Amino acid sequence: MTLHRRKVLKGIAASGASLAVLKAPYVQAQAGPMKVGFLTIKTGPLASGGLQMEQGLTVFLKERNNMIAGRQVELHTADTAANPAQARTKTQELVERLNVSVIIGPLAAFEALAIDDYIRSSQTPILTVAGAEDMTQRKANPWLVRASATSAQPSHPVADYAAKELKLKRVATIADDFAFGHECVAGFQRVFEDNGGKVVQKLFSPLNAPDYGTYIAQFKPDLDGIFTGHAGANGLKFIKQLREYGSKVQILGGFTPVDESLLQQMGPEALGAITGNWYSAQLDFPINQKFVAAIQADYKVDPGVYAAETYVSGEVLEAAAKAVGGKIEDKPAFMKALKETNLATSLRGPMKFDEFGNVVGNLYIRKVEKKGDKYVNAVVKTYPNVSQFWTYKQDEFLKNPVYSRDFPPAKNLEN
Amino acid sequence: MTRGSVIAVLLATVVFMAVPWIVPGNFYINMASQVLIYALFALSLNLMLGYGGMVSLGHAAYLGVAGYTCILLVTAGYNQLTAAVVAVLFSTAFAGVFGVLSLRAPGLGFIMITLAIGQIVWGIAYRANALTGGDNGMSFPARPMPFGFDIQDAKNFYYFTLIVFAIAFFFLWRFSHSPFGASLKGTKEQPRRMRMLGHNVWLIQLLTFVMAGFWASIASVLYVYYNLFLSPHALALQQSAEILLMAILGGATSLTGPIVGALIITLIKNVISTYVERWNSLLGVIFVVVIIFMPYGLVPGCKQLWKRLQSRGKNSAPARTSSEPTE
Repeated sequence: MTLHRRKVLKGIAASGASLAVLKAPYVQAQAGPMKVGFLTIKTGPLASGGLQMEQGLTVFLKERNNMIAGRQVELHTADTAANPAQARTKTQELVERLNVSVIIGPLAAFEALAIDDYIRSSQTPILTVAGAEDMTQRKANPWLVRASATSAQPSHPVADYAAKELKLKRVATIADDFAFGHECVAGFQRVFEDNGGKVVQKLFSPLNAPDYGTYIAQFKPDLDGIFTGHAGANGLKFIKQLREYGSKVQILGGFTPVDESLLQQMGPEALGAITGNWYSAQLDFPINQKFVAAIQADYKVDPGVYAAETYVSGEVLEAAAKAVGGKIEDKPAFMKALKETNLATSLRGPMKFDEFGNVVGNLYIRKVEKKGDKYVNAVVKTYPNVSQFWTYKQDEFLKNPVYSRDFPPAKNLEN
Repeated sequence: MTRGSVIAVLLATVVFMAVPWIVPGNFYINMASQVLIYALFALSLNLMLGYGGMVSLGHAAYLGVAGYTCILLVTAGYNQLTAAVVAVLFSTAFAGVFGVLSLRAPGLGFIMITLAIGQIVWGIAYRANALTGGDNGMSFPARPMPFGFDIQDAKNFYYFTLIVFAIAFFFLWRFSHSPFGASLKGTKEQPRRMRMLGHNVWLIQLLTFVMAGFWASIASVLYVYYNLFLSPHALALQQSAEILLMAILGGATSLTGPIVGALIITLIKNVISTYVERWNSLLGVIFVVVIIFMPYGLVPGCKQLWKRLQSRGKNSAPARTSSEPTE
């Protein structure tokens, strides 16, 4: 009996000692670790994007040896499972149980909208990567910054490029039938038609469409281009099938369809596709070259836009944390610093935020090309300093309803 | 009521009342509120499933009808009480229509019709952008102040939910022990004999359906109060299936089973998932294990186990006093 008890005591002492060893680096940091929450999606159909978000953030922290502004970072990752109610619970857990000072994420617009009021009432700074337009427009949340882009922000320059440089006149659009797809297409349509083009067909396919044959068959034969706003693997499936059906039409796209993470699976079908994005793995900034090399070394893939989103968010977080001397627990001051972040160089080039917390920065027109035996998104044109309002006046832009299936109204439909 | 059950009820009341002091922090108090809300969903479904033998895969439809109605009314400027009452009444009326349609077909046909109706409600919520905000969902302005009490903070909201839950539980308990409850069980086991005895089987089933719809609508309003947000994801088939799983996991033939099921599934989804990345698989494994070893669910299974242990104890040591297992 005594022997037994002694054994147990020994075990407790040993485990205590090992815990103390593990905790050692935290003790060294001056004000304890900086607690950062990270909402991502690890289960369900959107998990591939969520996984890449995690890769981007991991590489970011690894590069900095897990130190931001002189403080150790304690990262708490939570899986929202692409479910709004669960996203809310997980956010509460991060804020109330784990006491994080700032949150990165979530991925999907409906998740970000589900936690919107909670973010306001708990006054937690959040660096979101979700696209929903109104989060930084008509219903702007004062505790939110978005370093990636709104859904339609990258669609505007593609439309400009298609109308002015490619001189396209008649374009059909297709996208996933959910808010992101609607907004993505609406931005394209508005700028394209304001520059003399016509959107003659607007199709929306269900998010889980197994086959695009019925949609492709609907396209008119005399189109100059097809704009796709498909997200994730749907873009890959659609473009592949479009080419299988023998169509040679110019492919245009928002920032999701020919993502680097899927490009290598696509092959020659994607060649020539023109998309707008705030990022490309081909950008020749030193930060990006290092980032691409690190992702390739650790995960054997090219970084796409999801990985870049969290990396850029990390850069913004770091800049703001430095600006407040590492004291990110002072939420109002930290939030102010986040919004005032003005980076001359970052993963995506120069960037700053507008008064709503949405990014103003470079947008790139990219063309799928073959470089060696790899397919890449080569940058063919850079639009500097693009805001979420494109070239429209802010007040007028905000007076209109938010982009949707029905706005702006499509006047040139032919079917 | 036996002495055992009185003690059980008192004990449960004390435990439920004390939850905010037992659990550490607001996060877990909120979790307890969520468990109660889901438990109410599961209990309402169990009314049909456990007592009436009607398997529904469209229970989340009430969440849509009552939830959106409540949000739309409050957003349109009606006061909270009107909105809640109208939402529950409207949704209950919907349950009547839902029931008449579903009860056209027995068995598998019934399941498929409930599934279809659930999907229709989901589809409308998803596509009627102008009304429901589509995929982006709608937010609810603020929780109400019932009788002037502030239920904004976690503890007060928990007690509010607990009171509603207790009322619901009492009604469901009375129901299951009433003659009507007995006749419902009869329609499950022997519908033809019940008809022979002069019972209107269809009407009994319909009334049960509507009652289940009523309590599900109450739970829906609570859900909206809790989340302050509703989007089509909450109405999806997955949600209906989850509620069904809660009832089956805990034990559909008992009154406490669905509560246990709701507790386990909610905790795995929200707490265990922090530590276990493949929490979906864990949920699956638990479900399979329970079904293999306790095909009637956890609560009836554990009760049986308890009885067996007791009788074995009696055989070896007959002096031991036996206490009745409590329901």
